[in-house]
Amino acid sequence: MKAIVCVKQVPDTAGKVAVKPDGTMDRSSMPTITNPDDLCALEAALTLKDQFGYRVIVLSMGPFSAAGMLREMKAMGADDAVLVSGREFGGSDTFATSQILAAAIRQIGLEDRDIVLCGRQAIDGDTAQVGPQIAEKLGLPQITYVSELKIDGSTVTCKRELEDGYMVLQAQTPCLLTCVKALNTPRYMTVRGILECDREPITVMDYACLAGDPLIDPSTIGLKGSPTNVFRSFSPPAGAPGRMLDGSPRDAVTELFAIFRAKHLV
Amino acid sequence: MNTFDNTQLDRFQGIWVFCEQREGQLMPTAFELLSEGRRLADELGTELCGVLLGDGITSEASRLGGYGADRVLVCNSPLLAHYTTDGYASVLCQLVEQQKPEALLLGATSLGKDLAPRCAARLHTGLCADCTQLHVDTQGYISFLQEASTLDTSRIPIQSGDRTLKMTRPAFGGHLMATIICPRFRPQMATVRPGVMKCAPFDPVRAASCTIEFPEFSLREQDIAVRVLNIVKQTREAVDLTGAKVVVSLGYGIRRDPETAIRLANELAAALGGVVGASRAAVDEGWLSSEHQVGQTGKTVRPKIYIALGISGAIQHRAGMQDSQVIVAVNKNPAAPIFAYADYGIAEDLFTVLPLMVEAAKKKTTEEELS
Repeated sequence: MKAIVCVKQVPDTAGKVAVKPDGTMDRSSMPTITNPDDLCALEAALTLKDQFGYRVIVLSMGPFSAAGMLREMKAMGADDAVLVSGREFGGSDTFATSQILAAAIRQIGLEDRDIVLCGRQAIDGDTAQVGPQIAEKLGLPQITYVSELKIDGSTVTCKRELEDGYMVLQAQTPCLLTCVKALNTPRYMTVRGILECDREPITVMDYACLAGDPLIDPSTIGLKGSPTNVFRSFSPPAGAPGRMLDGSPRDAVTELFAIFRAKHLV
Repeated sequence: MNTFDNTQLDRFQGIWVFCEQREGQLMPTAFELLSEGRRLADELGTELCGVLLGDGITSEASRLGGYGADRVLVCNSPLLAHYTTDGYASVLCQLVEQQKPEALLLGATSLGKDLAPRCAARLHTGLCADCTQLHVDTQGYISFLQEASTLDTSRIPIQSGDRTLKMTRPAFGGHLMATIICPRFRPQMATVRPGVMKCAPFDPVRAASCTIEFPEFSLREQDIAVRVLNIVKQTREAVDLTGAKVVVSLGYGIRRDPETAIRLANELAAALGGVVGASRAAVDEGWLSSEHQVGQTGKTVRPKIYIALGISGAIQHRAGMQDSQVIVAVNKNPAAPIFAYADYGIAEDLFTVLPLMVEAAKKKTTEEELS
């Protein structure tokens, strides 16, 4: 029984975002974090490990620098870590990414009782597409927006969030789930894990390693193989900046309310 | 095997809209997308077709005509009564393969975002998520960029006969906008944010001339791997954001102590006669329900006073509140984008400023009561 968890290292969009003059993101100057929803997927897998002895494998596609994130996940309790990395994979859109990750999952091997877990979406793109696209490529049943999860043998029962309520859905393993934050609270790394994780091995899968899979074809992966292209990216024009209220916080608030009164807003 | 060749671009014609229904009720996104699809179809000189999947759903089809559909494809089956990824993806892909539309639009609802990627992967085509603008006409796109971007639009070539769908969406948490194209495959697929596209008024003449068709499809019980055990509707406490005079909005900046921040924001809102709003980040974290959300995915507000606390001010958020009379931003990061468009900014920790605001607002109220 394995739980394969797809994770992504993303720029921290909650912090300061650097934009280059040409309108593209300056990723190199931004701190990276593990995508928050993916940590919930990992926590769900680690809970299955605690309860039923699942083997937890974390899988990520990205540059070699993502190995640090995978080591941290080993420090949280993941058993194996696989990093899919290669120049051929660069520039992939969600379609191409799902082909590569699906091939990597096949390489790891997917058996009857296994489960694939993804975060609902990554904060850099917010597309929520890669999970369902991996499921399609592997012919797996999918349940997205999972906020509660119960497994009984090969039967997976999930609460699936809707805008105005929820559905209760049931699938058989192997299947793919995408997890939302309501599912759980991710655990911390263990002290022992932190001490040992630097020495933990990471399996690297490069292009040559996956090339035998029918999904891996230069015409369907990477920038050239991606069905979508970025035509233009841009930032909106800056509006006229307002006034900063300086001084102590108390002075600023006093001034603000004086302005409200003067403008007859309150 | 599938002999559908979606690289022969000129064989694909027409704009399709997947018209989402839940328990027999059409979702507002269906009407918004048909209204938008009508505009695109007119620009292209092609047809607009609605796709309606359900069980005994035919009576809803002519309504779709009233919002712009020339033709509606209706697929009824007990197996389509409730949404399932497998059932809906199977039928929708069969229809696409039979009839070859050049574009397929779906609402970016939680179900639309489940269905669209599954179909795009099966059809081997591109999908752009959460679009907020769609353009075919290059001149129209350039006019849009002139207003909404800092790009030098003189460098964008105008190609006559360009039928490519230009799909624009926020990226990187809304810090950037990106226009995505799908030049080599058809249909070009997009999910579109609910509430963003304007819904045209119902046109009874159009509704009467709309053709309703019942295309063939095959779907068996064993094709559906995921069973629906239950569907539960939850009514949430209604928050009248849209009509509020004052909105006190909370963002990711409250993460140190969401409970205290929400309590104080409620006090401030009550003292000023307003309501509490939230950024998408605060809703995503589960601190406030989606009823409170302001922004492109949430509600659009136009209060007299909009107070943004711990909100960085991403593009999506701005879109939902930029028409407020006075915008006040409190954020400890002086470089937060929101200061670029707020009328008044306080670059301090909201946990310091908010209690002072509550105090000032309450003092104001007491003075009024005394006088």
